[in-house]
Amino acid sequence: MEGPRLLGEGIIKGLAETARNFFGSYVSQQRLTTVQYPEERIPQDESFRNFPFLVYDGSDPEAGLRCVSCQICEKECPPKCIFIEKSKDKKPDAVGKPQFYPTVFDIDVSVCMSCQICVEVCPFEAIKMDVKYDYPTESRFAALLFDKHQLAKSNDYYHQIHPTEASAVDAALEAEREAAAAKAAAAAAKAAAAKPAATAGAPVASTASAAPSTVTPPSDTTAGESR
Amino acid sequence: MTQTLDQVFVIFKHWLLGYVPAPVHGIASAVLSILPVMIVFPLLFAITTLLERKGLGRIQNRLGPNRTGPMGLWQPLADGIKSLTKEDIVPFTADHMVHFLAPVLLVVAAFLAYAVLPVGRNMVLVNLNAGVLFFFAVGSVVELAVFMAGWSSRSKYSMLGAMRAIAQMISYEVPLVLASVVVIMQAGSLSTVDIVERQATYTGIFPHWYVFTPWGFLGFVLFMIAATAESNRSPFDLPEGESEIIAGYYIEYSGFKFALFFLGEYLGMFATSGIAITLFLGGWSAPLSVLTSIPSWAWFFLKLLTLICIFIWVRGTLPRLRMDQLMNFAWEFILPMALFNMIVAGLWHFMHPGAVRWFVCAFLILVPMVVLSALLKRKKKLQLRTYSFAE
Repeated sequence: MEGPRLLGEGIIKGLAETARNFFGSYVSQQRLTTVQYPEERIPQDESFRNFPFLVYDGSDPEAGLRCVSCQICEKECPPKCIFIEKSKDKKPDAVGKPQFYPTVFDIDVSVCMSCQICVEVCPFEAIKMDVKYDYPTESRFAALLFDKHQLAKSNDYYHQIHPTEASAVDAALEAEREAAAAKAAAAAAKAAAAKPAATAGAPVASTASAAPSTVTPPSDTTAGESR
Repeated sequence: MTQTLDQVFVIFKHWLLGYVPAPVHGIASAVLSILPVMIVFPLLFAITTLLERKGLGRIQNRLGPNRTGPMGLWQPLADGIKSLTKEDIVPFTADHMVHFLAPVLLVVAAFLAYAVLPVGRNMVLVNLNAGVLFFFAVGSVVELAVFMAGWSSRSKYSMLGAMRAIAQMISYEVPLVLASVVVIMQAGSLSTVDIVERQATYTGIFPHWYVFTPWGFLGFVLFMIAATAESNRSPFDLPEGESEIIAGYYIEYSGFKFALFFLGEYLGMFATSGIAITLFLGGWSAPLSVLTSIPSWAWFFLKLLTLICIFIWVRGTLPRLRMDQLMNFAWEFILPMALFNMIVAGLWHFMHPGAVRWFVCAFLILVPMVVLSALLKRKKKLQLRTYSFAE
C-alpha cells in the first residue's frame, strides 16, 4: 500500500480527466467520434450485406433479369420470406438459352434474416445482397414486402456496391458465355449473334487492383462449384 | 448610472407600486417580489437541464441534445411539453391525497427557501434576523415530502428509495448546518443580509469573503459536499440510483408530477448553492473592488451558474457511492472535520489579524485532515472476497 494520502486526491485527478474530455471534445475530432446519422454516415465495408436483390443485365429490368424462376432460393430460404410464381412462357437467359422467368418475385424483408443462403444456392448469379439498410416506411407490413420491380437492380449497381465480387461474377459469366458460344458456333453461327453484349471487360480492369487483399466473398466459390 | 443599474429591479418595483392603491400595497409588494423568484428560478432550471445534458455529453465525448432547435436550445421546452401532455398515472392502491401532495410540498418547500436568499443589494424577499435558521428549517421539509412520496406510492422501490433518501438527508443535514456555523460565529448574525454585507468590504482590491480564510475554505468544501448529498445529486444519488432502484421514491410518479419532483430537486440545489454563495462566497459582492460597477445581481447569478457547472462537472466525474461508504463519509470524516473547523474558527476570532493567524489556522486544519485521511485509509482492508453461495 502507498503512504497516507489526502482524501480527495483521486477526485481531483478524475475532475482533471473529465475536464480534459470536455474541452478536448471541442478541439479534437478524434475525441468526438459521434457520427450524426442520417446526415453523416460511416463508409460501409465492401463485404457489408443486408437484404437480397435481383440482378438484371442491360437496361431493361424485365428482359435482362437473370432469374430463371428455378425456385431453389424459395425452397432453401430458412425463414421462408421468398415467394415466386413461375411463368408459363420462356425467354432467353444470359447464355441465350430459353428459360422461364418469375412473374411474381416477392421478398418480405421484415422476415428476411440476411443469411445470404439464397445467394449461395443461386446457380444463375441472379440474386445478390444489397447494402441499403434503412427502409423507413409508414406501413408496418405491406411496405416491407418488396415485389419484383423493387427488387430488380442493374448489374452496374451491383458493381457499385460490391466491385470485387461483381467483377468475379462477371468474369465467370463471361467464361460461361464463351464456352456456350464455342459450343454453339460448331452448330450454327446464329446463336452467337443473339447473345447479349458482354459488360464485364471494363470493371474487371478498374477494380482488380483496387482491393487485392479483400477476402473472396463466399458466393464466388459457390458460383464456381455450381458450374 | 452604476447605482441605477444595480438597483434597476428595486426601482422598477417601486415604480410599479406607485400605481397600486394604498390598501393593497402590502399584498402587491409581496406579489411583485415573489413573482420574479417564481419565474427566474424555474427558468434557470430549464437552462440547467440543457446545460447539464450538454456538459455531461461533452465530458463523455458525446454531442448531447442538438436536434430540437439550433444547438438543441428548445430541448427544455420540448421536455416541458412532453411532461405536461403525458398521462398522469396514480397506482390503484396508492394513498391518492398524499401521493398528490408530496410533489407540491416538495416544490413549495424549495421555493420557500428563496425567501431569505439575497440575490442582490436590497434584493431579498424578507430580511429575517434568523434567516439561516429559516433556510435550514424549510430545507428539512423536503425530507417530509420525499417520505410522503415514497410511502404513499405503495411500492417497494419507492419505499426503499425514500428510506435511503431519509437516511442520507438526515445524515448530511448535520454537517450541512455545522459547516455553516463557522460563518455565523464569525459574522455574529443569522441574517443572510448581514452576512453578505460583512463580506462585501475590501482590503485593497480583495474582498473579505469567508472562503478566503482557512476555516471558511474548509467550511465551504464541507458545505458543498453536504449540499450535494442533500440535493440527492451524483455521487450521492443513491435514493434515485438509476441502476438499482430505478428512480427511488418517485418511481410511481409520471407526467407533470414527475416534472415537479425534478423541478423541486433542482430548485433545492439552486437554493443550497445560493446559501453557499451567501455564506462563503460573499453573496452578491464583486470578487474584486474594481469590478463593483457590474450590478450585484449579476454577480450572484454568475456565482450560481459557476456552482451549477461544478455540480455538473462532479456528476460527470464520480461514480455512485455505496450506502456504507456514504454513511461512513458523513459520520467519520465530514462531521469531525466540521466540529474541528468550529474550534479553528473560534481560535481565528481570538488571534491577532495577520499572516501568522492565517498560517496557524491553515496548519491546524491540515493536520486533522491528514490524520483522518490516514485513519480512514487504514480501516480499509483489501482482501479477496469469498462467496458463500455463488461459485
